[in-house]
Amino acid sequence: MNELIFFFNNVVVAGIVLGSIYAVGAIGVTLIFGILRFAHFAHGDMMTMGAFIAFLLAMAATALGITTPLVPTGFLVLPIAMFLAAGVALGLDKGFYAPLRKRGARPVTLLIASIGVTLIIQGLIRLFFGSGTWSFFEIETKQLIRIPVPLEGVTRTINFTQPQLLMVICTAIAVLALHVFLTRSRLGKAMRAMADNADLAQVSGINTKLVVRVTWVIAGALAAMAGTMLALDVSLKPDLAFNIVLPIFAAAIVGGLGQSYGAIAGGFLIGFAETLSIFNWSVLLRPLANALPFEVPATLAIVPTEYKLTVAFVILVVVLLWRPTGIFKGASS
Amino acid sequence: MALLEITDLVGGYGGAPILNGVNLAIEQSDIGVIVGPNGAGKSTTLKAIFGLLKVTGGSIRFMGEEIQNALPDRLVPKGLSFVPQEKNVFVSMSVEENLEMGAFTRRDDFSATMNWVYDMFPVLREKRRQPAGELSGGQRQMVAMGRALMSQPKLLLLDEPSAGLSPRYVLEIFEQIVKVNAAGVAILMVEQNARQALAFASRGFVLATGRNRFTGTGQELIADPEVAKSFLGG
Ligand SMILES: Nc1ncnc2c1ncn2[C@@H]1O[C@H](COP(=O)(O)OP(=O)(O)OP(=O)(O)O)[C@@H](O)[C@H]1O
Ligand SMILES: [Mg+2]
Repeated sequence: MNELIFFFNNVVVAGIVLGSIYAVGAIGVTLIFGILRFAHFAHGDMMTMGAFIAFLLAMAATALGITTPLVPTGFLVLPIAMFLAAGVALGLDKGFYAPLRKRGARPVTLLIASIGVTLIIQGLIRLFFGSGTWSFFEIETKQLIRIPVPLEGVTRTINFTQPQLLMVICTAIAVLALHVFLTRSRLGKAMRAMADNADLAQVSGINTKLVVRVTWVIAGALAAMAGTMLALDVSLKPDLAFNIVLPIFAAAIVGGLGQSYGAIAGGFLIGFAETLSIFNWSVLLRPLANALPFEVPATLAIVPTEYKLTVAFVILVVVLLWRPTGIFKGASS
Repeated sequence: MALLEITDLVGGYGGAPILNGVNLAIEQSDIGVIVGPNGAGKSTTLKAIFGLLKVTGGSIRFMGEEIQNALPDRLVPKGLSFVPQEKNVFVSMSVEENLEMGAFTRRDDFSATMNWVYDMFPVLREKRRQPAGELSGGQRQMVAMGRALMSQPKLLLLDEPSAGLSPRYVLEIFEQIVKVNAAGVAILMVEQNARQALAFASRGFVLATGRNRFTGTGQELIADPEVAKSFLGG
């Protein structure tokens, strides 16, 4: 039993947390692709930037004494950070992508422009914060929540941190809010219409420029949320995006580009796959050592932790071979 | 004054002009039908009216106002609606959502219009929760027309509403078009089923190589031996 709880903590809890972060990031990628038809490479860096905005706000809030013992300051300032990040996303579009679209730039051109935006954002962050690692928990402590399992002989507890719990709650709220927006509101439906058939949306008199702006607002806000969650769970550094861009694009593609629900499913699929494949299976096999015909090695993980990133890549390739348009039927291009 | 008046229209997709002087006029009570060979510029004419391509010469007047190169989000509130030749429904959205998108520019309560559309196409009311992509060709065409009617247009532009439909559906969609017209909506449509469409057209236009070759009432064009020989297949 203790081994199973170890498995639960390391795979299920960690998978849900990682899946939440990937899902929230991937939604932005998929929305931008659905509306503007290009892969927004700088999405990972919009996440990093959102996290740094939240970090600055958290420091300011702490300095001003605006804190509460109930939630970490990072979560307290998250709505403001999302609001500011949405503004920055709008600015990025106005400054870089909108002028290109106006000249009829092809998706490849926009993709390359977004690589440029990546470099700009990373440069700016390094300019102000250096290249070191920062933490939201230098003054506050991360609370650990332990839930004892009422079974005989069980000594391990189910463990997760308070930020992890809040992250999952925030993700659930964001997904629900997005769902309501896309299925109930006039603008949300217009967004789906434009992703479905941009020409017909224009012909219907839908204000496509407004839809584009709303898309950036949502994508920017969610990027800030995902970035802050990642920073709260691990740590904050200027190249946070480096490890995140592949999984979130894999999640968006696996889910079917342009499909919001697909991106959520893809995010959790990749998150769980990563935690499953770096899990040390020896822990589960050791109690059965006597019954097994071979010796249980000390570590038995599908991939070593350092190669975690390859998991997203492998899943991407496998899913695309099996279903070229992703799990939920998305755009094929 | 005609509802829509097009004078010596010249325009194209950026290269050489496709339209080289199209003239046509539609009154509020009219059903106008444009016929002509493939590539004549029939779809291009409708797209030009709807601001989807660059007009470089001539004029388009709608209710007396020049509208050339105005974009759809300005034209729809003025009372113009367009059903493209293909990809004319939102396949991933339900029938009802398709209709709602047609009413995007309206900020008033459009439930009465939606009921009117459902009364005209009862099968759509039945399938209103179903994605439009799952419907048959004829039903999709109804969704497309319903979507365009949701903005309460004065003039409805239809590009080949009967394309790809079985003869039974062709007749049905033509009947609906006449009904819509009777409800006070002017129609300007492009048709491949030329003889059939001209039969109920109050105005007919034969287009070839980007200009009008013949203009008249539907009956006149059908009766004209030259039109019949060159454009209506004998
Ligand atoms: N998007 C476009 N870009 C460039 N040229 C185009 C475009 N669409 C149509 N054309 C050209 O314009 C000309 C007229 O096309 P149009 O679609 O208006 O013909 P049509 O009369 O509607 O024919 P059909 O009966 O086949 O629908 C054709 O030569 C076509 O190749
Ligand atoms: Mg055509």
